[in-house]
Amino acid sequence: MSVIAFAKNWNGKFKNSTYELVSYTRNLASQLNTQLIVVSIGEVKEEELKSLGKYGAERIISVNDPQMNTLTSRVYAQVISELAEIEGADTIVMSDNESGKAIAPRISVKMKAGMVSAVLELPISMNPFVVKKGAFSGKAFEHVQIDSPVKVITIAKNCFGFTENQVDVSIEEFSPNLDAALFKIQVLEEEKQTNKVNLADADIVVSAGRGMRSPDNWGVVEELADALGAATACSRPVSDEGWRGHEEHVGQTGKVIAPNLYFAAGISGAIQHVAGVSRSKCIVAVNTDPEAPIFGVADYGIVGDVMEVLPKLTEAIRNSK
Amino acid sequence: MKILVCTSNVPDTTTKVKFKEDNTLFDDSGVQWIINPWDELALTRALELKEDAGNSVDEVSVINVGGAQTDATLRKALAIGADKAFRIDACAADAYYVAGQIAAYLKENPFDIVFSGIESSDYNGSSVGAMIAEFMNYSGVSSVTSVNIEGDDVILYRAIPGGKQKIKAGVPLVAVVQKGIAKEPRIPAMRGIMMARKKPLEVMPAKEMEMLTKSVKFELPKAKGACKMIDAGHVEQLVELLKNEAKVL
Ligand SMILES: Cc1cc2nc3c(=O)[nH]c(=O)nc-3n(C[C@H](O)[C@H](O)[C@H](O)COP(=O)(O)OP(=O)(O)OC[C@H]3O[C@@H](n4cnc5c(N)ncnc54)[C@H](O)[C@@H]3O)c2cc1C
Ligand SMILES: Nc1ncnc2c1ncn2[C@@H]1O[C@H](COP(=O)(O)O)[C@@H](O)[C@H]1O
Repeated sequence: MSVIAFAKNWNGKFKNSTYELVSYTRNLASQLNTQLIVVSIGEVKEEELKSLGKYGAERIISVNDPQMNTLTSRVYAQVISELAEIEGADTIVMSDNESGKAIAPRISVKMKAGMVSAVLELPISMNPFVVKKGAFSGKAFEHVQIDSPVKVITIAKNCFGFTENQVDVSIEEFSPNLDAALFKIQVLEEEKQTNKVNLADADIVVSAGRGMRSPDNWGVVEELADALGAATACSRPVSDEGWRGHEEHVGQTGKVIAPNLYFAAGISGAIQHVAGVSRSKCIVAVNTDPEAPIFGVADYGIVGDVMEVLPKLTEAIRNSK
Repeated sequence: MKILVCTSNVPDTTTKVKFKEDNTLFDDSGVQWIINPWDELALTRALELKEDAGNSVDEVSVINVGGAQTDATLRKALAIGADKAFRIDACAADAYYVAGQIAAYLKENPFDIVFSGIESSDYNGSSVGAMIAEFMNYSGVSSVTSVNIEGDDVILYRAIPGGKQKIKAGVPLVAVVQKGIAKEPRIPAMRGIMMARKKPLEVMPAKEMEMLTKSVKFELPKAKGACKMIDAGHVEQLVELLKNEAKVL
């Protein structure tokens, strides 16, 4: 028996979510009284791999193959399942992000392992294995029992935090035998906005809605985001109107995010919007309408005009530093 | 080419969620059912591809694993423009089971492109699409924000952190789609509703298959504390509270 954590890298680097995954699985393995094996796929330097040791990754298996730098879900699922077989792993854990969503279901089928996504805490019980996740787009929680011998879960961002537990790291290399036919998908181009804070990873998000009245007014939103080192986001009508790009749309049909701090400026707080942001640790709302539903979910609120309040806030934040 | 759109049947997004039998079952009394929003967008895109004269899409069908209560949403999909609808008669309680049923159907009735949504808005499993791909041993692309067909190739964009990738894939293929795939979902027109009555909605028995997970209990979120209001003239108080009380700055 053992626990496998899949530590995804982005251009050879790990993110906070990777360290959270290692912290989570270290705890899970201790509770199950079993070994933790951290698997890394694609080229990652030794020093970066060793950084996982701070959170308790004793044993790392690295598939250091440049062919595998970009995600091909079939290939990644094949490698992780193969390792799980070799190591007799019965619990496989990864982060709930683009890659986890693509790989975990495939491992579930390969290993006939029940799967639960976006788990919110350590299992409620180990035997039977029961985990808690969100359901009905943030409106409820569900306890799901996995009955199969092998279990696959993905964990939601900010569900656990970090627990430091420095250990000595041993790194093993693994070279899987892969069928070339699995690499059928070809990446033609990649576009990246490197200068902006990435919305999915951001600790602070400044989001604005139709209350901004015109795309020309977004300067005050960007100024505030800049002062906070925050990512920017928007409500659905704003992206539907083309005022902002689709990648900024949060909510039930957009991105689901869980930052520490979420600013909602000129956003009414419709239930579908809140579905995407309700796991934020702290929500601040600025709205001219004291009856706006957003105040029902916010921790702090200001009744006022975004065009006046946001610049003042930006100034207050800059002054407080 | 033939496109199959997997559609799940979910409560309307404004539904007030309630549970029954000691919080072990979703109480669906009075619930309005809709096509899962992403599936509706996927269907819209599939129909656009079919109408685009340059493309060779000749059939767009929808499939659901569910009970008779989902026939209404399948009819709606037909009214929007799907050619055929299939329902595998079963209780869709586990993603592995649902994907397995759809895969069993696909093995006997091949399609070139299978669309699924990124998640069902009720149980938020985010897994059925990629599971179908694995059951079928198909390529799969997830987080898809755009799909086009060029000759025999499918050209897709997939979202990656902070950007996107342009991808070329062959068929057969499963595309797990999200926001961006189509602009607005189509709504059925009168003509579509009339035509839908004549289109086939085929109900098939489920195959014998295991379920690997089960839902054991639901909880409602704890009521949120009152929102602390700050005067618009004293925003510095907010900054102070965020620093020292909420400790998020
Ligand atoms: C199936 C479905 C899925 C959906 N998914 C999403 C989703 O994922 N995300 C999403 O956001 N929405 C979603 N919606 C839409 C949602 O129902 C709302 O229509 C939308 O969130 C409203 O956006 P808004 O708050 O920006 O605009 P509005 O509702 O128009 O609200 C604007 C707010 O700004 C305030 N305001 C006006 N002027 C000012 C000012 N000068 N200063 C400060 N405040 C001001 C107003 O009081 C108001 O509260 C979905 C809807 C459906 C049916
Ligand atoms: N019962 C079902 N019948 C048909 N398709 C489904 C069903 N459940 C889920 N799907 C498809 O899988 C996607 C993801 O759903 P889920 O994995 O349940 O979150 C949905 O958007 C649908 O495309």
